[in-house]
Amino acid sequence: MSTKTQIPHVDYLRLGDRPHLVANECTSCGARYFDRRNACASCFGTDFREVEVATEGVLTSFTIVAFAAPGVPVPFVAGVIDCDGTSVRGNVINTEPDDEHVKLGMKVRLATTSLGTDDDGIEAIGFGFEPAEGASA
Amino acid sequence: MSEDVFILGINMTKFGKHPDLDIQDLGAQAAMAALADADVSMGDMGILAYGNLVGQTFGQQLQKQIGQTGIPVYNVQNACATGATALRTAIMAIKAGECDMGLAVGVEKLAGAGLLGAGGGGGSKDGHHWEPSGRVGAVATTDGRIGTQQMPGTFAQVGMEYLYKNDYEGTPFELFAKISVKNHKHSTLNPLAAYTKEMSLEQVMGDMMIAYPNTRPMCSANCDGAAAAVVVSAAKLKTLSAEQQRRAVKVSASVLTSDPWQEACQVLPDVNTLTRVAAKEAYEQAGVSPEDLDLVELHDCFATAELVHYDNLQLCEPGGAVDFFESGAPWRDGSTPVNVSGGLQSKGHPISATGIANIWEVCHHLRGEAGDRQIEGAKVGMAHVIGLGSACGVHILESSAA
Repeated sequence: MSTKTQIPHVDYLRLGDRPHLVANECTSCGARYFDRRNACASCFGTDFREVEVATEGVLTSFTIVAFAAPGVPVPFVAGVIDCDGTSVRGNVINTEPDDEHVKLGMKVRLATTSLGTDDDGIEAIGFGFEPAEGASA
Repeated sequence: MSEDVFILGINMTKFGKHPDLDIQDLGAQAAMAALADADVSMGDMGILAYGNLVGQTFGQQLQKQIGQTGIPVYNVQNACATGATALRTAIMAIKAGECDMGLAVGVEKLAGAGLLGAGGGGGSKDGHHWEPSGRVGAVATTDGRIGTQQMPGTFAQVGMEYLYKNDYEGTPFELFAKISVKNHKHSTLNPLAAYTKEMSLEQVMGDMMIAYPNTRPMCSANCDGAAAAVVVSAAKLKTLSAEQQRRAVKVSASVLTSDPWQEACQVLPDVNTLTRVAAKEAYEQAGVSPEDLDLVELHDCFATAELVHYDNLQLCEPGGAVDFFESGAPWRDGSTPVNVSGGLQSKGHPISATGIANIWEVCHHLRGEAGDRQIEGAKVGMAHVIGLGSACGVHILESSAA
């Protein structure tokens, strides 16, 4: 009997040996989305396929949040990552949260992080992007 | 072609803290002053368009204080573009021929409201059992874990994205802080601004960091305030006094857009495309070009936002917002004065009032009534607001006096 021990933070994060993100891609225009869809906001199509999103990318924008909603640990780096043509929202993790270590255009790669374990012993796994020196982005 | 519409009277309250005034008091103050400014009464109004976002009040409550005449009331909400949407609703009613005069009111009480944002969203509360919920099946809040959903960080990324796309090689923090220095300097001439203190670059950069590169004075100030405008049809205006006709300000363009789909627009809000579309349409409607603008009030909800809108509103060459700013152009003595009111960073941002208050500022100059901060000889001006989600209102105004 296999017991589930991990659950992804969001359902577009796929765990396992090779954690990656997936997107819902419109089969008619190619627009990609991370949420459950009713239709395509670009072309109004209703047919989607699941596609894998590149795990390496370039940081195209960021902020270092120093003051956040209650319960959100600060500081943290929030940013947008261009993963081979698909823009992804995510935190920049595993580096110092300051403008010496985080730069526009830096190469990053997907990394997972634990959000903790619930009463059933299930660990929630989240994702972020960490600096990837030398990564081919 | 539909009929021209004019601003007949307009007013904004002092922005800031009004602990002794409730939402109806503030709305009534602005509405009654706008009616007095127009030299008309509630009895002349054919429509009331009312905006109040956070307070969740209705125009009918305002009517019960200042005049119940049975006219239709449109209660509108459109994020930070609520005021502009109320104004545009009244303008549309006149253009549609349903009435010849209307009142638009925007009011908000926000003093002490703190950080505004979309909230945690998506997931269930952090707790004992991970339970997927929402459109991305989140088992925990996403705000702070998958980016930020708060306004300062969202608009910080908007500004940073512009720098990335345009290969900026300088120091972002200092660049954006200088924009804030400009607006705080401008505010010293505006007695209705919530904050009227000049701030040095060191003071702006040394203040509390909210979301890099935006420190506290680089963020719009939550405060109380109201603004109201009386609009009139061209035909009706011709029947009014010479003084009313002289002070009337022509609404040469009134445009409202939402964000058209773009790659990444559901990842980081795209406040650029809808502003570009609105500006283009406004210039065409008005038959004026960016060079004709004597002043611009644009939506500087954060210092990082002001920069991108120089470009979006065509005040500079595409990609040239940094050069435009560094040339001194948007200072009040520059070629295209931007936010001579002090902008949202110092004047304050009582959400629903903002989209009418910026029209008030432009009208004030076009009428030659702006006192110490008058832009001499101003004939044409633009007012712009963005509501995240998104909505964009752009109005171009021209003085009646030739």
